[in-house]
Amino acid sequence: MAEETVKPWVETKIIGKPIPPVDGYERVSGAAVYPLDVILPNMLYGAILRCPHAHATVKKIDVGKAREMPGVRAVLTDADPEARVGWYAAAGFPMPGSPMVSRLFDPHCRHEGEEVAAVAAESPQQAWDAVRAIQVEYDTQPFVIDMEAALKPGAPAVQEGGNRARGFPGTKRGDVGKGFAEADVVLEETYRTSCLIHVPMEVHGSVAQWDGDRLNVWDTNQGPFGIQSDIARALNMPLSKVRVISNYMGGGFGSKQEAGKYTIIAALLAQKAARPVKLFLTREETFLCVGNRPAHIMKLKAGVKKDGTLTALQLTAMGELGAYPTFSMVGGQVGELYKCPNVLIDETQAYINAGQQRAFRAPGYPQGNWALEQMMDALAEKIGMDPVELRLKNIPTVCQSSQDRPYTSIGLRECLTEGARVFGWKDARSRPKGDGAWVRGVGVASGLWGPGSGPATVIVKLNPDGSVNLNMGAADLGTGTKTMAASIVAEELGVPLDRIRIENADTGTTQYSGVSGGSKTVAADGPPVRLAALEVKRFLLEMAAEQLKVPVSDLVFQDGAIVAQAGAKKLAITDLTQLRQQQGIVGVGRGRFVPGGKVVRSFATHFAEVEVNTRTGEMRVLRMLAAHDSGRVMNLLGYRNQVLGGFLQGLGLAMTERRVMDSSTGKMVNANFHDYKIPTAKDAPGEMTCLPIDPHDTECNILGAKGLGEPATVPAATAIANALHHAIGVRVTAAPITAAQVLTLLAERKTRG
Amino acid sequence: MKKPKIEPQGRPKLSRRLFFGSVASGAAEAAILTLPGAMAAQPAAGQAADGEMVRAVLNINGQTHSLSVEPRWTLQHVLRDRLGLTGTKSGCDRGECGACTVLIDGIARYSCLTLALEAVGTQITTVEGLLHGEQLGPVQQAFVEEAAFQCGYCTPGQVVAVEALLRKTPQPTMEQIREGVSGNLCRCAAYNHIFRAAQRAAELRKAGR
Repeated sequence: MAEETVKPWVETKIIGKPIPPVDGYERVSGAAVYPLDVILPNMLYGAILRCPHAHATVKKIDVGKAREMPGVRAVLTDADPEARVGWYAAAGFPMPGSPMVSRLFDPHCRHEGEEVAAVAAESPQQAWDAVRAIQVEYDTQPFVIDMEAALKPGAPAVQEGGNRARGFPGTKRGDVGKGFAEADVVLEETYRTSCLIHVPMEVHGSVAQWDGDRLNVWDTNQGPFGIQSDIARALNMPLSKVRVISNYMGGGFGSKQEAGKYTIIAALLAQKAARPVKLFLTREETFLCVGNRPAHIMKLKAGVKKDGTLTALQLTAMGELGAYPTFSMVGGQVGELYKCPNVLIDETQAYINAGQQRAFRAPGYPQGNWALEQMMDALAEKIGMDPVELRLKNIPTVCQSSQDRPYTSIGLRECLTEGARVFGWKDARSRPKGDGAWVRGVGVASGLWGPGSGPATVIVKLNPDGSVNLNMGAADLGTGTKTMAASIVAEELGVPLDRIRIENADTGTTQYSGVSGGSKTVAADGPPVRLAALEVKRFLLEMAAEQLKVPVSDLVFQDGAIVAQAGAKKLAITDLTQLRQQQGIVGVGRGRFVPGGKVVRSFATHFAEVEVNTRTGEMRVLRMLAAHDSGRVMNLLGYRNQVLGGFLQGLGLAMTERRVMDSSTGKMVNANFHDYKIPTAKDAPGEMTCLPIDPHDTECNILGAKGLGEPATVPAATAIANALHHAIGVRVTAAPITAAQVLTLLAERKTRG
Repeated sequence: MKKPKIEPQGRPKLSRRLFFGSVASGAAEAAILTLPGAMAAQPAAGQAADGEMVRAVLNINGQTHSLSVEPRWTLQHVLRDRLGLTGTKSGCDRGECGACTVLIDGIARYSCLTLALEAVGTQITTVEGLLHGEQLGPVQQAFVEEAAFQCGYCTPGQVVAVEALLRKTPQPTMEQIREGVSGNLCRCAAYNHIFRAAQRAAELRKAGR
């Protein structure tokens, strides 16, 4: 069925309702086999020796002792010819023209945790014993772990070309000089965010098994097809001989979109030992080597007229790149969240001797939001306008960062107005803040995200008993991809959810899909599911027409049965003779779904109420509300789960999380969950509300759903920061907000009077 | 507390690690030590003989497992890698995340901080042990109904933590629920749904499900 003839549903029976996850049983019973759970016959365990220094060159490695240790079956170092594998800096997201920047065991170790050697042994304990027995002579070198210091003359060079790297391409629109001249108020402030680590609960790793010249890899990732490409490229193998399986995976948040060095090392160890090898990182390693949300320093200058009209925005941002090139996008929202004729954005990045950044739930956006939306709050205060009003005043009508093309839909206004109404913004804003030690305040912040799309192919097979097998390549990160897909089939074919079995995320047995990232899985993989189901439906009607001897045009498909429009004749799917004979119908949906000439964006407004202790500096978030326009809600239960979880990740940015580096050694000092504090059950606000705003987008794709995962985190931290400012009148511009910062700012204000 | 009864067989050589493992098994009724002949050589000074194995009998989900373990093996390692009970997850291996939570004599414990030998003589219950045959237990059922997870990796630990909470406190307050799962990290941050699931599980248990 041609895509253009299919429109989003008007009414639905299943889509948009609260649907429990279709793979719930497996996940709560312990039956789901995650990659870290895979145990193969004759399997060995791998472990990696990592550089303990911030910057060093490997001079000599002695593996003699390790090789002789009990249980050791293979040792791999740069001296092994097969380990001389060229390595792209960011296999998933290379900057355009990125060179092959290092090799598997690069003797030049540019940060703590770089791979130096690896071992496979009969047990994990024995593998680690052997790793510890490897003797390495390092030539340590001066290091730099601070982005500002890295750009100073004479700083130790992390990369040969110098420490300054390109950032995401900037924006120049109008004339900011003219814009600032037109403004009644011009403010300038420098905002900072800290480096955050993804730390999904399942650590990164792979199990590699050779079958002759064919390689099977169980890997925890966000999209097996990308991992397959990375492996094939690294090992110079045909794609057909590399199979990557990722049926379940324990969280990624952007950090599992590429093959790790561990994947290739596992494959090489397995080849050397001629036995399967399981190589998963320790938790500590995941803090050092598999990505982060880089710290940013953002200087933002903004001009506004007394009536609230924005006249100019100028952002100069610097990002902490880590030791290898990739990028994040800090300027995105500054360029388009609000209507503003004059914008100048300049992003640079600095190499430092630390782990490389990777995409992390809206890469760059929560950082940019921290600057832009605190600035909007400050502007509102300065001109005496309500922060919600100021934002409403500047809602864009077209996508200014994309040649003024229109949006397929924009629900930002409703996010603000409905959100404010349900949150009780006006009352909460004017309520007394409290006169004891604890005072309260409320804050607001909006954000946007451009959800992606991508090609995907899906197969829906209807069995003669009316049950369905669904075959799709997409990995389900826990966002409910499988539940979304099953719901679409159930909606179209009237098949109960529990009669649908899904096979997914296996390059050997399922069809192509891109990575589950960029908030694009619904938009990329949902439409092909629907087209495949519609094709099945069309074949069914053709079969029924033949059997009933009526024209196809007289038939409709209703509640899992075929009904002749006159109503006189009705056929259950199971009554179709031809279906029984051919044992099923296969429908295929494929394509890439992007609207022509228009721009798809998801919008969000978050509200937070906080309580701050003016004597201790402690802060807690009491309640929050997140209003989201991500188009159609596919599954109310999954939607709420994403939004509330996304908010809490933002709370981590605002209040609890920070990579701490030791300036004397260049090493990370809090590479564990005890010292690196992700939000816990006790950090969750007592009252959490998710408010979906559906603008009934009929143009984004044939589902009407835009994308939700990332926008859920974008404005959360800033809403909390703005609430803090409302409570105590001081603004913390450097995340995370700590008690020490709050007390210092309060003391400074007291001194100043 | 019963004194651990250690019955050496063959030529026992108590190394420091073995000693640590045995002493730590405070609640153990019996830790039977066996040293295979090949492994019984004199260990190097100051360290255990690598691969030194001892016999351990573990009661897991009502079934008895008798196996050889290295004294340094954690219960988590034995459950997952030796017995294939991979419902118990591994998230940090140092007692910080709670993904490996199991019940030991009805109390929620981190299996990564429990040596296998420590668990000898106890009743160990993993997430698989909360099933009634192939049927989900009430806590598991509640977690599905409320979608109390996203990636699901921390979920077995969360389920076991809620099970432990409800066994002790059948009708918990919200504060007790928060406290009950506060030792279990969820990076997807599905906490709000986990709280709802704990409440729902309390209802289901009360209704005798």
